[in-house]
Amino acid sequence: MKKSQKIGGSVANYVDERTGAAKWVKKNLNKVFPDHWSFMLGEICLYSFIILLLSGTFLTFWFDPSQRDVVYNGAYAPLSGVSMSAAYASTLHISFDVRGGLLMRQIHHWAALIFMVAIVVHLFRVFFTGAFRKPREFNWLIGIGLLTFGIVEGFLGYSLPDDLLSGTGIRIAEAILQAIPVVGSYLAFFAFGGPFPGTAFIPRIYMVHILLLPGLFLALITIHLMLVWYQKHTQYPGPGRTEKNVVGYPLMPVYMAKAGGFFFIVFGVTAFLGAVASINPIWLYGPYTPGQISAGSQPDWYMGWLDGLVRMSPPLETHAFGHTISWNILLPGLILPGILFTGMALYPFIESWISGDKREHHLLDRPRNAPNRTALGAMSIAFMIISLANGGNDVIATHFHLTINGIMWFTRFGLFIVPPIVFLITKRICLSLQRADRDLVLHGRETGRLVMMPNGEMIEVHEQISDAKKWTLTQHQSADALPAPLPESAKLGIKGKLRARMNQANAVQVPAATVTEFKELGEGHH
Amino acid sequence: MSNQIERFEDPGLPEHIHRNADADPLAEKRAEKQVAILFLLSALGTVLTIASYIFMKSDQYVYFPVMGSTNVQQLFIGLGLTLATLCIGLGAIQWAKKLMPDQEVIAERHEFRSEEVDREELVATFHDRAGQAGIGRRPLIKRTLGLAVGLVGLSPLVLLRDTGPLPGKFFETTNWAAGTRLVLDPAGTPIKPEDLEVGAVAQVLPELPAGTPRTLENIGKDAVLLIRLRPEDFNLDPERLSWTYQGIIAFSKICTHMGCAVALYEQQTHHLLCPCHQSTFDVTRAAKVIFGPAARPLPQLALMVNADGYLTAKQPFSVPVGPSFWERNSANG
Repeated sequence: MKKSQKIGGSVANYVDERTGAAKWVKKNLNKVFPDHWSFMLGEICLYSFIILLLSGTFLTFWFDPSQRDVVYNGAYAPLSGVSMSAAYASTLHISFDVRGGLLMRQIHHWAALIFMVAIVVHLFRVFFTGAFRKPREFNWLIGIGLLTFGIVEGFLGYSLPDDLLSGTGIRIAEAILQAIPVVGSYLAFFAFGGPFPGTAFIPRIYMVHILLLPGLFLALITIHLMLVWYQKHTQYPGPGRTEKNVVGYPLMPVYMAKAGGFFFIVFGVTAFLGAVASINPIWLYGPYTPGQISAGSQPDWYMGWLDGLVRMSPPLETHAFGHTISWNILLPGLILPGILFTGMALYPFIESWISGDKREHHLLDRPRNAPNRTALGAMSIAFMIISLANGGNDVIATHFHLTINGIMWFTRFGLFIVPPIVFLITKRICLSLQRADRDLVLHGRETGRLVMMPNGEMIEVHEQISDAKKWTLTQHQSADALPAPLPESAKLGIKGKLRARMNQANAVQVPAATVTEFKELGEGHH
Repeated sequence: MSNQIERFEDPGLPEHIHRNADADPLAEKRAEKQVAILFLLSALGTVLTIASYIFMKSDQYVYFPVMGSTNVQQLFIGLGLTLATLCIGLGAIQWAKKLMPDQEVIAERHEFRSEEVDREELVATFHDRAGQAGIGRRPLIKRTLGLAVGLVGLSPLVLLRDTGPLPGKFFETTNWAAGTRLVLDPAGTPIKPEDLEVGAVAQVLPELPAGTPRTLENIGKDAVLLIRLRPEDFNLDPERLSWTYQGIIAFSKICTHMGCAVALYEQQTHHLLCPCHQSTFDVTRAAKVIFGPAARPLPQLALMVNADGYLTAKQPFSVPVGPSFWERNSANG
């Protein structure tokens, strides 16, 4: 036995005698993970979170979360002698005087953007493939929690440097607090320790940004992953893949190497962006003062849709009995996002209520096979894109020589008109794709080879697709995959009628091809 | 159509196709080398990072197209780190893809639902234990416990009270009073009407008594924008017209929507635009909202000229400045 093996053996023995871990580890080295590119999206979230923890820790060594006044005299000459907050001065110090400091700041900011993009795209994947269905509803809820906290964490993070741009963002946050009926002015004064901007806010959100929310993330991510581990990953349908099994590569060595390697790739890409792509150059904005502002003030993208909704809001305020209620802030800033996020969180339960489907699902849906769900998702994306576009209306206007007013009016109407159109189009596309699948199974693949028949007729030769492919394209409607029909009852209430209507809409599907039909067509040759 | 519809069947896992490196020892050797080279590149990246950190100058900038002016040391530390991490990742994945077994394996899933007998036993045990505690039989304990637990949550709320003072009249007041001189921001010098040409804009603040510091909290309420138009451009009622002076009109610079600085003045159209949410105000019509989400005009400051010829406020703002709040009485705008 080699010396290294001997040492490894005695360490393992030491640990096992105290924890009994051998059995669990032995079992889990064989744990099977299905392989698909879209399963990497969640991994990107996890890895960019780790990058955020590492780069963020680095930044805390120099960042001074204080709003006391200092006079800057560091390496950045244009701001030399300018009075500013210690938070802004220390951010300048990190950017210009700490070797690798600017790099880490940029890595941190890029990692935050990647974290949020990965969360949102991961959410799309989970939604469109129906991975949220029983038994994974808890993980869906945790995911919505992570998304929500991620938005807040990102906002607090880019607010910390206390530059002119981020200070404007905080000003807006204060206005939202202030707009809350009855308690608004009090909330604002408590949050800011008095009048805005005060000296309390940056130290407070610093604590939330580096301790409270990261701790919460860590807890939620741990539960999220433990559930993935325990429930085993979902898999795409295909030959050999069933609701009862999981097909893929064992944890050791393949999945370890791939997942571990992928962490370093995400790190490498983030480091590259941090090295070459300037992000949030706070020294160009100057220190915050409430009397000034820079044109083209933009939040980061994950806040941009909210900002877009606020921008397109009509000028509505209620003035009555000596009080003011700002609907132009409350509606787009709190009420609408609240409804959207609640709806998103409840979606798995709503879908299962409509379909009456209470079975476990481990095989993913191909999005085309759930046309209403896919159309709803596309509709939501359209809603977000329109809001986001309006969040950048000033930038779009200057780049494309349009008027801000024109974009604003377009998005005000578009927000209500475009999503339903997107819903209808997506649904039609899904059904057409179902039809295409059916044709492919029954008639085979177009080969492009033209043959002239003895009678002069020209035909294109079709080639049968493989049995594996036929199965993939037809498995979704195997006998037990259809939801149970609703009980027929004359006395359905409004809720019942609504449910029945939606259930009927879900039943609109192109039937999957069957062997019977295939045979009737003469083995697909014609 | 018969009732017996025959469906396609699962053909099962496809046969494993061997890769080049599985069969050809040369290909295997090649893959091994590729992985090793990637790991070596990573080591080189770390050397680059350390060397850039130690030997490069911190204050050297180079201009690159697209990237702009770039700090060379930060760039090379970053590129070294990129190489170091990316190549570990690429090496590990190449290793997994080319040399580790690529045959998919099947594992069975287990049902999550517990066995019926376990579930029944749990319910029985639970009821038994609850019975031992007697929570159902002792409503007095149940209710008082509810009260106690409900109340204990109040303490943190009360303890948070000292996070800030009460707002009082803060949102309703500014430092502008009758006779307050307008001073330029940030110079702090008073201003005469003739200092401002037609079409010009200036940001002003109220002159504070000597020794009073100018805080950001004050600027956030006091900032005023001074604009000079030709008097015939105004379209104001007589009262508001009397608040202007020789074509000079003053508005609070704090947006009535969400408090941003309304800083963009369009000289030709006499429009003021808030860069945050594009609320647009018409200067000639007392900053009436003509577009965007703001619901109220920017408050106008009444101007006059004092005995020394300096611009001063005739009276405080007639309405609170800035965004809405619950206590705001908006009956008069």
